[in-house]
Amino acid sequence: MTEAPRFLRPVAAPNADVGLAVTFDAPLRLDCGRDLAPFTVAYITYGQLNAAKSNAVLICHALTMDQFVASDNPVTGKPGWWTDMVGPGKPIDTDRFFVICANVLGGCMGSTGPAEIDPATGKPWGTTFPLVTIRDMVRAQKRLVEHLGIDKLLCVIGGSMGGMQVLQWAASYPDCVRAAVPIACAARHSAQNIAFHEVGRQAIMADPDWQGGEYQLHGTKPSKGLAVARMAAHITYVSEVALQRKFGRALQNREALSFQFAPDFQIESYLHHQGASFVDRFDANSYLYITRAMDYFDLAGEHDGQLSEVFRLNAARFCIISFSSDWLFPPVENKRIAHALNAVAAWVSFVEIKSDKGHDAFLLDEPEMYSTVRGFLNHTAQDLSSGSGA
Amino acid sequence: MSSTPLRPDLAAIAAMIRPGARVLDVGCGDGALLEHLKAKNVDGRGIEIAQANVNACVARGLAVVQGDADTDLVDYPAQVFDAVILSQTIQATEKPRVVMEHLLRIGRRVAISLPNFGYWKVRLSLLAGGRMPRTRTLDYSWWATPNIHLCTLADFVDLANECGATIVEAYALDEHGGSRKVEPGSLSHGWLGPNLFAQGGVFLLKKT
Repeated sequence: MTEAPRFLRPVAAPNADVGLAVTFDAPLRLDCGRDLAPFTVAYITYGQLNAAKSNAVLICHALTMDQFVASDNPVTGKPGWWTDMVGPGKPIDTDRFFVICANVLGGCMGSTGPAEIDPATGKPWGTTFPLVTIRDMVRAQKRLVEHLGIDKLLCVIGGSMGGMQVLQWAASYPDCVRAAVPIACAARHSAQNIAFHEVGRQAIMADPDWQGGEYQLHGTKPSKGLAVARMAAHITYVSEVALQRKFGRALQNREALSFQFAPDFQIESYLHHQGASFVDRFDANSYLYITRAMDYFDLAGEHDGQLSEVFRLNAARFCIISFSSDWLFPPVENKRIAHALNAVAAWVSFVEIKSDKGHDAFLLDEPEMYSTVRGFLNHTAQDLSSGSGA
Repeated sequence: MSSTPLRPDLAAIAAMIRPGARVLDVGCGDGALLEHLKAKNVDGRGIEIAQANVNACVARGLAVVQGDADTDLVDYPAQVFDAVILSQTIQATEKPRVVMEHLLRIGRRVAISLPNFGYWKVRLSLLAGGRMPRTRTLDYSWWATPNIHLCTLADFVDLANECGATIVEAYALDEHGGSRKVEPGSLSHGWLGPNLFAQGGVFLLKKT
């Protein structure tokens, strides 16, 4: 059943494309062992699917992103999060490709998640929602892709947690992926990354307004906890060099130190702003669930830690992109994926782009990233139509 | 497809690669050889250290991994490639012997091109000038050169033997881009052979 997605918050941009939502009645068997049914996937598409259904590009979004990649976000009213990458004439050219992006399972932009109503109880799921994994998110996307009548995706692409989904797609459904572009990601979440996520989760759960996860029933919002979680996470998205260049020790709206705890430094106000604007658009329980999904991600885990075994006989071509100053998913983690693919003689390219913008570089203006993706996609499509290549 | 003609040593290497082969080009530069081979339906992969070159390769639709021959070859499995190519690179590696052994492990055949430091002009330049030679292909001051392990063709034949490799084919390159097939034995014996007259060499090796 396809309809318009139901958002948790009022729509700020009534003229924006809200996309679609499809509800599946057949249960989704999750990694935790529970079945989820029915479940909804909210998504948006750009461009036209060709007659051969061979031009579909699936974009996987990061932790706090959503399906609104290339058009105004109807809820926030802000532009899409990858407008320089996706659109007519852009590297992911919507004049040529049929672009799909779905809100992840556990998300809060129309796909089934902890803020939705549990049909069994008539109350919001809250923390009774099953723990979902990156593989569960991909399973839900696979249902969507099948629903759209597509057997094989030309490309699956995404950054950060989106990159994890890309890798999972190639691992779970090797016959459905012609090309995979994991950007600024890793095949497993590191101890340091899990640690940062745990700080965020504890901040949310320590907020009295979290109410044991049942804040929707109590009409409260753990905004302080969620804001702190976002502030801590935001630090990991930028490089030390970029923070120093942008803020240094500059003071905010004052000539001298105040000798108080109100924000003296610009970096403090900046982080406060990041936290405050985030709580307006994101659900706290969703944040708990999605960060947990990332923590659980370890692609080689089911192969005794042998990452290359995951990709044995994989016919997809891979283009791995990393950024030199990314310390959340450093180049060495990205390169580990390339090495594993090399070890089974898979078709793989690996690029380390010099940038001082840290992890967030994949969302920012990085001409080398655009030219890499454009060239890679063009040649993948070209080799497909000429019947040659991988 | 590339319209500019291939560098002479690359053309000699390209002629050694069979259509449909799976090839790894170590130090593939801007991908000129891989692109040329792609037209021959060769399944080519590359390793390249310079970011700008890697990006150029990926944008050309080539499978190229940013990496270093000295450290990254260890990650490649044995005997997966029909041929491994190392063009004008061995003299710039830190451990040529280790690199050679990896190449012979990874590929069923190894195609290598290298400058010849035994070329008469190089010898004369040192003999007469008394300073480290600078040639058209090796145009660096001694303190700025990336070529830290230069050798003569005879020296290279010794290394190949040390590594247990058989020379399947050998070519001598002249200054004008010409290449001439030579007897491998002629490289290490006698005075007036290719080791004196060739500006560079191209070898096809296999593990004995």
